Amino acid sequence: MKFDTPATANPIDRGRVVGIAHDRIEGAAKVTGTAPYAYERHDAAPNAAYGWIVGSAIGKGRIAAMDLRAAEAAPGVLGIVTHQNAGPLGKGDMNTAHLLGGPAIEHYDQAVALVIADTLENARDAARLLRIDYAPEQGRFDLAAERDKAAVPRAGFGGSADTSAGDFDSAFAQAAVKIDQSYTTPDQSHAMMEPHATIAAWNGDRLTLWTSNQMVAWGVSDMAKTLKIPKEKIRLVTPYVGGGFGGKLFLRADALLAALGARAVGRPVKVALARPQIPNNTTHRSATIQRIRIGADKDGVIDAIAHEVWSGDLPGGSPETAAQQTRLLYRGDHRRTAHRLATLDLPEANAMRAPGEAVGMLALEVAMDELAEACGVDPVELRIRNDVQYDPEAGPQRPFSSRKFVECLRQGAARFGWDKRQPEPGRRREGRWLLGMGMAAAFRNNLVVASGARVGVDAKGHVTVETDMTDIGTGSYTIIGQTAAEMLGVPLEAVTVRLGDSRFPVSSGSGGQFGGNSSTAGVYAACVALRAKLAEKAGFPADEVTFDDGLLRMGNQSQALGALAGPDGLWAEDKIEFGDLTKRYAQATFGAHFCEVAVDMDTAEVRIRRMGGAFAAGRILNPKSARSQVIGAMTMGAGAALMEELHVDTRFGFFVNHDMAEYLVPVHADIPDQDVLFVEELDDKSSPMKAKGVGELGICGAGAAVANAIYNATGIRLRDYPLTIDKLIAQAEGSALA
Amino acid sequence: MNAVELTVNGREVHLQLDPRTSLLDALREHLHLTGTKKGCDHGQCGACTVIVEGRRINSCLTLAVMHDGDHVTTIEGIGTPEKLHPIQQAFITHDGYQCGYCTPGQICSAVAMLDEIAAGVPSHVTQDLDEVEFSDAELRERMSGNICRCAAYPNIIAAIRDAAGKGKA
Repeated sequence: MKFDTPATANPIDRGRVVGIAHDRIEGAAKVTGTAPYAYERHDAAPNAAYGWIVGSAIGKGRIAAMDLRAAEAAPGVLGIVTHQNAGPLGKGDMNTAHLLGGPAIEHYDQAVALVIADTLENARDAARLLRIDYAPEQGRFDLAAERDKAAVPRAGFGGSADTSAGDFDSAFAQAAVKIDQSYTTPDQSHAMMEPHATIAAWNGDRLTLWTSNQMVAWGVSDMAKTLKIPKEKIRLVTPYVGGGFGGKLFLRADALLAALGARAVGRPVKVALARPQIPNNTTHRSATIQRIRIGADKDGVIDAIAHEVWSGDLPGGSPETAAQQTRLLYRGDHRRTAHRLATLDLPEANAMRAPGEAVGMLALEVAMDELAEACGVDPVELRIRNDVQYDPEAGPQRPFSSRKFVECLRQGAARFGWDKRQPEPGRRREGRWLLGMGMAAAFRNNLVVASGARVGVDAKGHVTVETDMTDIGTGSYTIIGQTAAEMLGVPLEAVTVRLGDSRFPVSSGSGGQFGGNSSTAGVYAACVALRAKLAEKAGFPADEVTFDDGLLRMGNQSQALGALAGPDGLWAEDKIEFGDLTKRYAQATFGAHFCEVAVDMDTAEVRIRRMGGAFAAGRILNPKSARSQVIGAMTMGAGAALMEELHVDTRFGFFVNHDMAEYLVPVHADIPDQDVLFVEELDDKSSPMKAKGVGELGICGAGAAVANAIYNATGIRLRDYPLTIDKLIAQAEGSALA
Repeated sequence: MNAVELTVNGREVHLQLDPRTSLLDALREHLHLTGTKKGCDHGQCGACTVIVEGRRINSCLTLAVMHDGDHVTTIEGIGTPEKLHPIQQAFITHDGYQCGYCTPGQICSAVAMLDEIAAGVPSHVTQDLDEVEFSDAELRERMSGNICRCAAYPNIIAAIRDAAGKGKA
């Protein structure tokens, strides 16, 4: 099915199953520990040996010599894979660095060996017996130091590196009110709860991978490319993914080395990354340096806006596109965005939840708070004044498909009690706590990706959906089941959803908040095809039938789906393909974040009291899981504001705090009350579902609302994330903290 | 190899284990009780929480041979899909999870944590040591050893309240 004209009325609009809050259909499996994750498939590979990855001890250079003898002689060792015996390997399209290093070393903790043994304990101990001599080389590990050498990156997911409209320089020079500030965000780690893990088994020349991966088709094709085998020989199974956030978009070392190890020892091999390996062995979100200039009139109406971003990655890598939202969020005739990419020899930088906007909004929305103060305009009102109903770079000929930004601002402010905010900083006190409120816009692009599915109905009228879509905690199982139930007129309980297997039709996968809308649109397409087949069997015209209560009806005639399907069942397969509606219309999701913090006058400890927001993301397919997505993202935004930072050792080129004790993420005690309001919206240009992405919107701006609340509480404006106690105390003099 | 006798979810098991085997790996790799999760293997995340002799512990931080004769309850012993424990049902009802990987640890932790409050064991946020109150602040403090990166935190607290019969805050 080609989606190239706006959706009209369709069965999803009935809203009997879609749009209603449902418990997750896989919930019982998750709460009882019976949902099988990658490393747990004793059923599929009962004889698996254990692999342990050895990572490079240097950030850049070469392996001069490897002595495997002591490790090979250790108890239980079955084999060791290194670059010397792995055979010729390619590199996946989505990988920047090679997954198995040597002799060249591209980054710290790049895998250089897999030790395989009969038990985990033997593999782990033998791994310590490898003797590797390195010839280190001087690497580039400091973004600030390399900033001036940063180059224009090639166009990628975020569009071209640079954009401009009007004459920014002149307009900014003439502006009545000017903001010109720089902001920094640190390297961040996905820190999903389930480490990357794979069990690999060969059957002749056929490879099966039980793994944890967001993008099944990418994983298969990049494994094929790396092993130089046809992708038809590979099956990838990933029904449960213990969190991803972008960290499991790609083929990673666990999967490749499990496959190589299983080939080397002639039996299945299971490999999980040890937690302390994850930040340096896998991908992370690059640090950024951002400069924002805004020129406005005295009422805060923006005439000129520029956002420049510097980030770093390995040679051949990609930038953190943190100026993306600045292209679309606010009005202004004169504008410019620019991304520059420095070459760094740190571990591979890549996508993490809301790549671009998650950190771009940390800067832009603090700059807007600064503009609001400079103009004496309320921050909510300032954003309303700068609303624009079309792509401000392209002009009115490219309107938004739907933009309920102002509604989010107004409804969110009312619900949060924004009118109780004291505009002057440092004025509210409760015992030793300084209280403050802050707000920020939420903005995230709406991406759409082709997605396929097949849907079948059996003789009992039970429906089964199969697609290689993944559920990484996002709620895919349930919204896909809801979609099929709505389309075929059956209760949700009459639908079985099978996901995460490369034997199923290729889906959008999970990333960029495109998965929910795209994959359900693919299921919609397959259901339309199945409806036509069922109608044909019944001898009814396809456009005159309705599907209710397990029956296909036309007028006062009806037939049961199960009877029509017959003993062999009836299946249909199709995919949704998107035309140029994303080009003709700007498509994005919007919202407004609000936050109240308390800051200890003596210690500068920041405690979040409450967070709230209003969001518009098209049709909300399952309000229960969508709300969970948003509060989870708000929490990740709070982490970015207050604590998350990979500390770079700029001498040796690695992230020092590479485990969950030292890379801090929010815990229960950090997150009190969270409130989410979904503003009603249907987007007919996004998909037949009239939905948009929602999984990343909640992180975009959440941290800036925290930062602005800290400013309101203390009068201290911090521009270098995370906003930690030491930075507040350094600026305490003359503030309410003093 | 060492002989280890455990009572796991009411069933007596006899194992021959490498002395380096953690209780977590004994459960997951030897008994195939994979409901208990390995998130960090360093006592940092709480995904491996099980109940040993009535108390919640990180099973990754203790060797199996140290538990000879102990009673261990894992998520499989809390309830099954056919017969859910009230707290498991409450996690479903309140969407107290997303990816599900920290969930068994959260649930085992919550079950033992409620016993701790009932027994009057104080926490960092307890105001009155003579009477430990049942409050959101107490629940959040006591559950903070169980990280949920998907961050279902408010939903988890709502689920625990519901299962404990304490309703909304």
